[in-house]
Amino acid sequence: MTAGAPDVLIVGAGAVGAACAWELSRGGLRVSMVEEDVVGSGATAAGMGHLVALDGSEHEFALSRFSQGLWAELLPQMPREVEHLQCGTLWVAADDEEMSEVRRKHGYYGAHGVSSEMLDAKQLAAAEPELRVGLAGGLVVPGDSVIYAPAAAQWLVERSGAAVIRGRVERLNGRTAWLGDGTRLEAGIVVNATGARAAKLTAGVPVTPRKGHLAITDRYPGFLRHQLIELGYMKSAHAGGGESVAFNAQPRKTGQVLLGSSRQHGVEDAGVDRMILSRMMKRAVEYLPGIGELQVIRCWTGCRAATPDGAPLIGPWPGEDGLWLATGHEGLGITTAPGTGRLLADLILGRTPCLPAGPYLPARLCHG
Amino acid sequence: MSGGSDVVVVGAGPAGLAAACQAAESGARVLVMDDNAAAGGQVWRGEQGEWQERFARSGAALETGRAVIDERVRERGRTVVLATGARELFLPFPGWTLPGVVGAGGLQALIKSGYDVAGKRVVVAGSGPLLYAVAALAREKGASVMLVAEQAPGAAVAGFVRGLWRHPEKLAQGVGLAMALGGVEAVRGCWVEEAMGRGRVEGVKMRCGRRVWEESCDVLAAGFGLTPNTELAEMLGCHVRAGAVETGDWQQTSVEGVYAAGEVTGIGGVEKSVVEGEIAGLAAAGRRAEAERLFGRRAQWRRFGEELGRAFALREEVKRLARGETVLCRCEDVTVGQLRDRAGWREAKLRTRCGMGACQGRVCGAITRTLFGWGPSKPRPPLYPTRFEDLFSD
Repeated sequence: MTAGAPDVLIVGAGAVGAACAWELSRGGLRVSMVEEDVVGSGATAAGMGHLVALDGSEHEFALSRFSQGLWAELLPQMPREVEHLQCGTLWVAADDEEMSEVRRKHGYYGAHGVSSEMLDAKQLAAAEPELRVGLAGGLVVPGDSVIYAPAAAQWLVERSGAAVIRGRVERLNGRTAWLGDGTRLEAGIVVNATGARAAKLTAGVPVTPRKGHLAITDRYPGFLRHQLIELGYMKSAHAGGGESVAFNAQPRKTGQVLLGSSRQHGVEDAGVDRMILSRMMKRAVEYLPGIGELQVIRCWTGCRAATPDGAPLIGPWPGEDGLWLATGHEGLGITTAPGTGRLLADLILGRTPCLPAGPYLPARLCHG
Repeated sequence: MSGGSDVVVVGAGPAGLAAACQAAESGARVLVMDDNAAAGGQVWRGEQGEWQERFARSGAALETGRAVIDERVRERGRTVVLATGARELFLPFPGWTLPGVVGAGGLQALIKSGYDVAGKRVVVAGSGPLLYAVAALAREKGASVMLVAEQAPGAAVAGFVRGLWRHPEKLAQGVGLAMALGGVEAVRGCWVEEAMGRGRVEGVKMRCGRRVWEESCDVLAAGFGLTPNTELAEMLGCHVRAGAVETGDWQQTSVEGVYAAGEVTGIGGVEKSVVEGEIAGLAAAGRRAEAERLFGRRAQWRRFGEELGRAFALREEVKRLARGETVLCRCEDVTVGQLRDRAGWREAKLRTRCGMGACQGRVCGAITRTLFGWGPSKPRPPLYPTRFEDLFSD
């Protein structure tokens, strides 16, 4: 190892890489990062920045809930550019069948210490007046919130004191990363935190791209009060392949409305797909008839890093000594970034893990 | 009918109308699209000139009042002619966001659409021949034009004027303007340092070399020349260099089947726009021999454009007027101080929200290119704010 080389080199300065830098620095390690663009400019900038406790599985809930606790400590220290909005999540039930899911969710959250409130049709209309009439009800989770994730990532990187090297890594192993211009970066260990690109740099890592579309409007303060998600969202988020669209609309602190969400498995092209966007918008109008009148100012896409079992990859990569992974967060990378950073630091530093690490270890998906 | 046209022309200003006439008169089925209510563009807004009349007889179809917002324009016809023109370049100076401060082209458009300037004290400042046209128009409509201030040095402008004998049409226009301006004070090598006023502009601080003085006014029209509207071209994948679309002999862009003509290929005035439009229209209709006969005239007007660009080049002082607290991105209230140490456009956008508002980076993107040399990122759809429902209705 070269004298003066850092203890850890993190490849990728998105929200996950930034949170890893923060936790590893606080653990006493010297950290460098390498980023091909600007800090927080990839999926971190493309996504919605929704900090949400999801209950798709026990380990999904555990990591998102634990991370929310860490966000609660971090957010009061962060600058206003982080645009934290404590709007809560409102899960919208279209019919009685979805209302039974509301009751289940309410029970689950209650049993796990997350406060939530069930709404009937009338209460739903009062809580969110722009929703169409005839919906069955919903579930409000007031502890969820919204941020502008690139600003949070930047703050974490700055406060971690990590040096950020600008460059595109073309090849890496557990000790070294090679940039496109031939520069060689050495470190005690290397963390691959490049999101959907992780498999391109480390052969065999089971992440695949899952493309999403987004659209944002001009400013309409008060149009929405909560982050609104249809209950069918979880089915869409956890579907294995193909294409899906779900209603997901968010109020921004600026008064803008940010609209998601779509999933296209295995699609890497960054172009806006007119058909997907159109389906997404039609779905939104089914819930929010008034949204059709709003002016859209920008549409874009981003790429989630999906894994076969829906859980992220946090821990050592069995195929390469010194190489660690922090990727595969699908649509939940902003929420779970702080927990990912903490867990990775615990494992690297040999501390007692903050959560049982098994469900997140890359080794679980390595067969033979 | 989708794909029903042979030639789709985007923009109904001088270049677009000339392209449409030549293509339609050659037998092509032509569709012209423009987001204004009527044809004419900025230059011929509200006028009925030779080209408008010729266009009306040409058989070309006109679709107005609807902006082209994305690449789907290519589905409307076999070839596309981009004649998207230019917009005004603004530069920030202290007070530029006060009510009563408008662009020079902005004041021209306001007056043409009925804004009453009678009795108002108007200062026109910035750069380029447009200043004199705006001042003359304001005076004609009853305004007291206090001052026309051109930032370019007197020697550069005088040299340009002396060269006008090569372009007699321009010389005649210049003489006409000079007469329309009458006794209005026109100064060169002189610029606005600050607009002042409580709640709205009440006066401007001017500088001419070392001389600094204040001038009272009700309206300040400040424009620093023009910048090409390249967003649609970029979205279609056309090469853009130094802020203008690159074209070949036939006005073809780097993308097969896409032509560009007029100010979008580089600022040069109405005659350059017309001749480029004619060449594009003829070439798009397959009449290259006729198009080739216009190359000489095009070369002449391109030369004029280059002379114009040199004579009215922006001096460094006007790029440094803004203070740290001066707002640069008006949509998102981002100041010069928040931006000037950034590495580039992408970083500025992610760290400050610069360019993320309703203008979609048009105003602040051109400013940061001029002030800091940043290249803005590729435009994303829609090119103009569009109602949700209109975005997905086909």
